[in-house]
Amino acid sequence: MKTISTKSLKVQNLKIKKFHIDEDIRNLYNGIFIDLGEMVLFTGKVIKQFFQPPFEHKELIKQGFLIGNKSLSLVSVTGFIMGLVLMMQIYPILSNFGAQTLLPGVVAIAVVRELGPVITGLICAGKISSGIGAEIAAMRVTEQIDAMEVSGTKPLGFVVATRVLAATIVVPILVIFADALSLLGAFLAINAFEHMSGMLFINSAFGVLGFIDLIPATIKTVFFGFFIGLIGCYKGYNANKGTESVGYAANSAVVSSSLTVFVIDLIFVLITSIL
Amino acid sequence: MEKEEVIVVKDLYKFFSDKPVLRGISLTLHRGENLGIMGKSGIGKSVLAKCIVRLIEPDGGEIKVLGTDILQCNDNELNEIRKKVGYLFQGGALYDSMSVRENLLFPIRRTQFVDKKREAEELIETSLRSVGLLEAIDKMPSELSGGMKKRIALARTLILRPEIILYDEPTTGLDAVTSGEISELIIKIREEYNTSSIIITHDTKCAKMAADNIKIMNDGVFIAEGTYDELSHSKEKEIRDYFI
Repeated sequence: MKTISTKSLKVQNLKIKKFHIDEDIRNLYNGIFIDLGEMVLFTGKVIKQFFQPPFEHKELIKQGFLIGNKSLSLVSVTGFIMGLVLMMQIYPILSNFGAQTLLPGVVAIAVVRELGPVITGLICAGKISSGIGAEIAAMRVTEQIDAMEVSGTKPLGFVVATRVLAATIVVPILVIFADALSLLGAFLAINAFEHMSGMLFINSAFGVLGFIDLIPATIKTVFFGFFIGLIGCYKGYNANKGTESVGYAANSAVVSSSLTVFVIDLIFVLITSIL
Repeated sequence: MEKEEVIVVKDLYKFFSDKPVLRGISLTLHRGENLGIMGKSGIGKSVLAKCIVRLIEPDGGEIKVLGTDILQCNDNELNEIRKKVGYLFQGGALYDSMSVRENLLFPIRRTQFVDKKREAEELIETSLRSVGLLEAIDKMPSELSGGMKKRIALARTLILRPEIILYDEPTTGLDAVTSGEISELIIKIREEYNTSSIIITHDTKCAKMAADNIKIMNDGVFIAEGTYDELSHSKEKEIRDYFI
């Protein structure tokens, strides 16, 4: 009878384990690249739908209203608190140096350039992308997308293109709204410490803001909106059949679109710093 | 004179993760025929129907619908063929964010089937009258019962005046009376609209009432075919068991 030492068994088990881990990593990489490739193809198809009749004006307006309406309250509250807290945190520091007049400008730059777009983008990634992902996944599970395809209509145009376009239009508007409320919050916060007139606050805040702050910040929110809508649609549209896929689509839409918001922000910061 | 062949499927194969679901299936549907396909749950009946309209891409074989090889045609050609083939889904697949009227209007508007609003309204009313549910025109799908959803879905299928209808489990989940009504509706629709149909079912009563011929599917292939009487009195117990 041939005996095998426990040491060699352990080594064998380790090798098998390593092989499985290698295979898992390979599968993960393959999965990521396949997903990215499919996403690129999906993006191409959706963009093509933007220019192909029939144009779904009514559905676009409906989706724009729904997306905006759904996120407005959350974006408003967050924007207001963001400005309020930011001012309350910075005030004690700058007032030590007697630089209170710089406060509105500092807050305005922080909010308009970075905090407003990114935080609103993240809220929209959570609220809009998950909503779109879950809705379209549910349509996929209940065969509504199949029913559209089989009746000779293109669900990509009606379901996907309208939502992506609506998100692309609505997210920048929500960011501008959040920025405005954030500045209102900052104004109220500074007045809790000392009196500052509205006119002085506005002059001081907008005096330091230039087009170089406003234009890239606005353009990046257009990209945020496009990718938040697109990722939600992609995850929902490619959901497997089964109720658990609805939750999975919503969840992965939030994760992917939140990450995308950060990546787009990083790219824009790099570009503007080079320019 | 032999009847025109509206659907011809030859040696159709479909695998899911290396598991064969369809193993060289062949069938022919003639104009005006109602062909029933029976078999146990999960053996690929719906997969076959979805392959016929290319909702699922088969791995091998040939499918001709109204003389067009649908596996070779481009998206626009496929859409044109799909307009002539109605598909009744198992759960109805009504668009739940739209009212019944909007559900029926959607395919008309998107395919530009008729141009004028009045014509579209007339079409919607005619289709709803055909399924006996004109009064539900302004209801939302959530307000409808299972049987009503199936009938509205059938009305939506009829709206583009298809030459062929694929019924995927039309009576599943319905009580005996409603199942009987749906089966009668299938017969009525053939008479009114001169359609040819494939009826996928495991409801023997529906197959008996609505199908001219029946094929029995098992393990990815057809194991028997004939009329209801021939198959239900088959010498083989395995075949007779499908009709108990």
